[in-house]
Amino acid sequence: MLQTLWDSRVNCIAVILFAVGFATLLLHRNLFKKILGLNIMDTASCLLLTSLGYIEGRTAPIIVDGVTDVQRYGNPLPAGLVLTGIVVSVSVTAVMLALTVRLYERYHTLDLDEIYMLARQEEGEK
Amino acid sequence: MKKSEFRKWLKSWDAGEFDFTEALSDRASLPQPDGGSKDHPWKLEPINRLEQGEIKSFRKSYPFFAVVLCCIMIGFLLLTVEHLPTFGAPDAPAHNEVMERYVEKGMEETGAVNVVAGVILDYRAFDTLGESHVLYTAATAVFILLLSLKGGGEPERERKIMQSDPLLKSTARIIVPLVIVYGIYVIFNGHLGPGGGFSGGAVIGGGLILYAIAFGFEPLDKILNLKVYRMIVLCALCFYSLAKCYSFFCGANHLETIFSPGKAGMIFSAGLILPLNIAVGIVVACTMYGFYSIFQRGRI
Repeated sequence: MLQTLWDSRVNCIAVILFAVGFATLLLHRNLFKKILGLNIMDTASCLLLTSLGYIEGRTAPIIVDGVTDVQRYGNPLPAGLVLTGIVVSVSVTAVMLALTVRLYERYHTLDLDEIYMLARQEEGEK
Repeated sequence: MKKSEFRKWLKSWDAGEFDFTEALSDRASLPQPDGGSKDHPWKLEPINRLEQGEIKSFRKSYPFFAVVLCCIMIGFLLLTVEHLPTFGAPDAPAHNEVMERYVEKGMEETGAVNVVAGVILDYRAFDTLGESHVLYTAATAVFILLLSLKGGGEPERERKIMQSDPLLKSTARIIVPLVIVYGIYVIFNGHLGPGGGFSGGAVIGGGLILYAIAFGFEPLDKILNLKVYRMIVLCALCFYSLAKCYSFFCGANHLETIFSPGKAGMIFSAGLILPLNIAVGIVVACTMYGFYSIFQRGRI
């Protein structure tokens, strides 16, 4: 089993990165750090997808000298799919940061628990 | 690392020490009580009250359980990785006849030397149109959230940067044109080699952001304000949509166009891929700069 894991160590690194991002998401109460954790998770899934497109000993899928032999090039599809993932990740991060800015302007803190308490307090006052 | 330090790190009470938060508090729309120090009783009192109950014990055990959960997750995912095809194996199920077809016929059918560009901007051009719209929608959402703030501009900070950093200014004077020219090269080279609209647009956006950091927003405001931004992005997206809408009428078959693929390897080849790359690059560059501008000063 260890040999298998060592052979596909890029996938293992992606998995561990994903878990590190998830831990960041769980352990930090600062909203900004939670967003950083989500970004790490995004990066991990992009790494996993890209690594699936790699084939040992072949080059990137850019035709060289007009040779269209499949045996020479890697898989172009994961690269195209990862592009979608990166764009979605950037967009989601931007929207999350904007929402965080709005929360900060209302409650003057980035701590999620404090925000929760203050929101509950506000609800009680109504 | 000592145990107490580890605790402190886990609990991460340093939300107020961020430069980011300080920068934001300058333009907060809500007046802060007593100058807004972060340990004001108004803010911390409810938490201290609730700390005494069950929440305290929960908070103590929570990091432990979170770490254990993540370790279990790593274990399960590693078990899954073991069953995945080995990294770099040529007989993985992902490398099937679809990939074969794209590599063998891609250049002939789309005229793009870069097979990935051929896939994302010709075979799956609708997918990329959706991506551009996702980016545009995100930018719109950010604008809705942040544009309505009153008194967005921060002229003091901008002026301070301009006066205090001649090194940044002279470096930017050399680097910014190179960065933007390189971004244009990446966009125009999208069908001939590594590159394309998204990466080139991101490079140009980075150049614009560097320019705004070094010289302030005023020079850029003359050429890229909200009105111009809206027009440019709208034109680019409309061009993309119109250029690809014909596939509605030919049964989602993009391939037979009036634009010939041309001679593969030339700059004006590959049919619509180059104009589409330019449109995508414009959207990405403007959105990147727009994000920076709106987060920095609340308007574009």
